[in-house]
Amino acid sequence: MNTFHFTRPARNVPIDRALVGYVGSGDLEVMIDNSDQPQADIYIHSSAEQGEQRWLSIIERLEVAHPLPAMRMDIHDFSATPGVIRLRLEQALEQALAKELSYE
Amino acid sequence: MSNGNDPRLAISFVEQSARKRVEHILDAGSMREMVTPFDRVTSHWLEMQGIVPQFDDGVVTTRGSIDGKSVVAIAVDGSFQGGSLGEVAGAKIAGTLELAVEANQAGESIAAVLILETGGVRLQEANLGLAAIAEIQSAIVALRQFQPVVALITGPVGCFGGMSITAGLCSYLLMTREGRLGLNGPQVIEQEAGVSEYDSQDRPFIWGLTGGEQRDATGLIDDFIDSDVIKVRQKVQEYLSKGVPKAFRSEAIQSSLDRLKKVDTRSQITAEMARAILSKEASL
Repeated sequence: MNTFHFTRPARNVPIDRALVGYVGSGDLEVMIDNSDQPQADIYIHSSAEQGEQRWLSIIERLEVAHPLPAMRMDIHDFSATPGVIRLRLEQALEQALAKELSYE
Repeated sequence: MSNGNDPRLAISFVEQSARKRVEHILDAGSMREMVTPFDRVTSHWLEMQGIVPQFDDGVVTTRGSIDGKSVVAIAVDGSFQGGSLGEVAGAKIAGTLELAVEANQAGESIAAVLILETGGVRLQEANLGLAAIAEIQSAIVALRQFQPVVALITGPVGCFGGMSITAGLCSYLLMTREGRLGLNGPQVIEQEAGVSEYDSQDRPFIWGLTGGEQRDATGLIDDFIDSDVIKVRQKVQEYLSKGVPKAFRSEAIQSSLDRLKKVDTRSQITAEMARAILSKEASL
């Protein structure tokens, strides 16, 4: 198991707690919780062999479409593919930002 | 939610996550989760062995109501580590049932619903899992004197190991066609007895012996149920309203031993032979 921690710049917007996915083969669990920090703290537990650069790439790609809110995000990955990871991350952000999205 | 009478539009209980299953069973808005994923009570034993944990450790423990009747509803998540029970998952179930026992002792009526999707003890934390399963079983035996404890096995994992004994201790046990119930899992038996005796890949053979339909025909469960979420909920309501049964299956020791004596172990038993020995009529 590999563990990583990324600190990313974030927007100061209110969020709801969110939990999506599960730690089953080829899937992952993503939890978003409130944080008193101004940044997005992302903690990753992964069963996959791939390292830090792969996760950083996934996060950087995500940020292009979805600027991150200030939060604590925990990822429990059970060897999901990048496509599944992206979908779960978007699903979690959508839940966390449901209030903001409904105003748009 | 409403799907009329068209079975093609029915929502399958089997395909729901553990948390959704509980939501479907409970009265809308009544679900209150105890020890939520956001409490971050995970298994540090798994982490020490390099295995990714899950925030709820694969168990959802809730309090709520069904038809206005107070219940604790517990679901095991079969997709995480095969629904296996270690220290945290086991303690969550045992603690919830023990709270229900204490409430009943204090005069409050609380029944229980268990949605079992589990391979039994989690081997990575086996001693603690075994101890927890013993506590779960003690709590069920205490609770079933006060209020019904209804267990559901809907699949796809099924219910095996120590938790199959737990299922047998419940007041009422309901299964779907996809559910399986057995002491040892098919792969374990194949590994011990050899593929010629027990082929775990032979699905008709495995479900023929351990599937819900066979378990119903052989009188080892109380009802064979449809997997449509609405029908599952109706069946749970029906069995909760039956109250405490006159006799518990687990107390029928002599009749079970008598039937076991009829088993000829010199050849592999077939589903038909099992039905002849364990038919519902024979169990009465």
